[in-house]
Amino acid sequence: MNAFSESDTAGGSTMTALPGKSPVKLTINGESTTVEVAPWTTLLDLLREYLDLTGTKKGCDHGQCGSCTVLVDGKRVNSCLTLAIMKDGSEITTIEGLTGKDGALHPMQQAFVDCDAFQCGYCTPGQICSAVGMIKEGHAHSDDEIREGMSGNLCRCGAYPHILNAIKQAYAATEKRTAA
Amino acid sequence: MINFSYTRAGSVAEAVGAKSKANGAGRFIAGGTNLVDLLKENVERPRQVIDITRLPLATIEEGPNGGLRLGALATNADTAYHPEVQRRYPALSRAILAGASAQLRNMATNGGNLLQRTRCYYFYDVAMACNKRRPGSGCPAISGQNRVCGVLGTSDQCIATHPSDMCIALAALEAVVRVSGPQGERTIPFAEFHTLPGDTPQIENTLAPDEIITAIDLPESPYAEHSVYTKVRDRASYAFALVSVAALLELDGDMVKSARIALGGVAHKPWRSPEVEALLTGKTATKENFLPVAAALFHDARGYEHNAFKIELGKRAVVRALQLATKGTASIRDVNGQTADA
Repeated sequence: MNAFSESDTAGGSTMTALPGKSPVKLTINGESTTVEVAPWTTLLDLLREYLDLTGTKKGCDHGQCGSCTVLVDGKRVNSCLTLAIMKDGSEITTIEGLTGKDGALHPMQQAFVDCDAFQCGYCTPGQICSAVGMIKEGHAHSDDEIREGMSGNLCRCGAYPHILNAIKQAYAATEKRTAA
Repeated sequence: MINFSYTRAGSVAEAVGAKSKANGAGRFIAGGTNLVDLLKENVERPRQVIDITRLPLATIEEGPNGGLRLGALATNADTAYHPEVQRRYPALSRAILAGASAQLRNMATNGGNLLQRTRCYYFYDVAMACNKRRPGSGCPAISGQNRVCGVLGTSDQCIATHPSDMCIALAALEAVVRVSGPQGERTIPFAEFHTLPGDTPQIENTLAPDEIITAIDLPESPYAEHSVYTKVRDRASYAFALVSVAALLELDGDMVKSARIALGGVAHKPWRSPEVEALLTGKTATKENFLPVAAALFHDARGYEHNAFKIELGKRAVVRALQLATKGTASIRDVNGQTADA
């Protein structure tokens, strides 16, 4: 058993020692980082408050809106419902990491710009990370499949039709690249 | 969220030992999709959180007697898209995909899905009374906002529902839950896993506090060709069921050899009535024969101020699900159980 922190539960004592912080090693957008976090720190708070990666948004903080979506080991997840300490050793990709080193936009980012797929922009980083994850999952073959696959990302401006267009454009570009 | 300590279990025995030692103040965590939310709401206030994600329980493999074994830590997404689950247990795949969002399904595990808590508004609001959260404090849902609550098997202590879609299909398939504890391993038939509220709504299943789910066994199924999961909800996707139905038929021509029907969104556990299902045995698969079965399933239902509609909705959903199942698994297009020609 790897006990990162001890609480005093002996003899049913109500005195609980405040658990300390523990190091978590993560590869974030290709860079290895070690951060000391408390057990209850979410991945979302780690990204925003410890690493200043504020592209990932806190919307509902309850897994209902999807604005906190990031890729963990290539899979899209809600970072607000993820305890950072549990992801020790994982690779995280946020909206900041989708852009190429030369500053070129990811095809999904470019498609959102081309298709005017946002209004206020608050949900956009989550939408884009989610869409990238969905295409990787291989279930984006029709408009209905895309709508269903993106239902975990809410857009209160109602940009859904343009978001759908953007994802289709990026998907076509991805297919073309793969075929080439 | 209160402060808690964190330990990472390296083996099932370690996990069980840590839970035992925590004496009721420990919680296992895997996907975290429900627990972390409940921590934020202060509904769950553990002293210790035990991370079980590194345990070797994520495989999906052939089980005994032609069945399939789903690891407790396999994600809902990996389970729903597994080719053998899709081929042999299509209603299970559909049920999982009808629940939550893609992000949540990537995180949530099979074991955790069974153990998720009700979404009754009063359970979630720590400022309110709730017999499930604080036994003896009362149930404001009975005379309050009870649109999402149950109509079958309720008690005067609690009318909450189990929120899972996956579990409805598992109940219909008569899955078996494999658990491990200090005394070793045991199995629990799915019908005996979740419990009705009665006078102890704080108890939701027959898992002992120091036991851990290790796998879910699916028995060999003759229903793959006629399997449906129909879900009715307030929006087209990403909402809990008002009513859902897993309907499995074994047909000989148009004659029903056997039927399984499980209901979601209506009770504290996946709702089944094998004696009502038996009414269909030997009958032709027609609407005329489905109607009395639907009526019998809801015979003892009791509606409350805002959810009495679930009784009629439930009956119609049962008939529709059985009609779709008759038509065949292949005719169903989307996760709401709509057909291509609907």
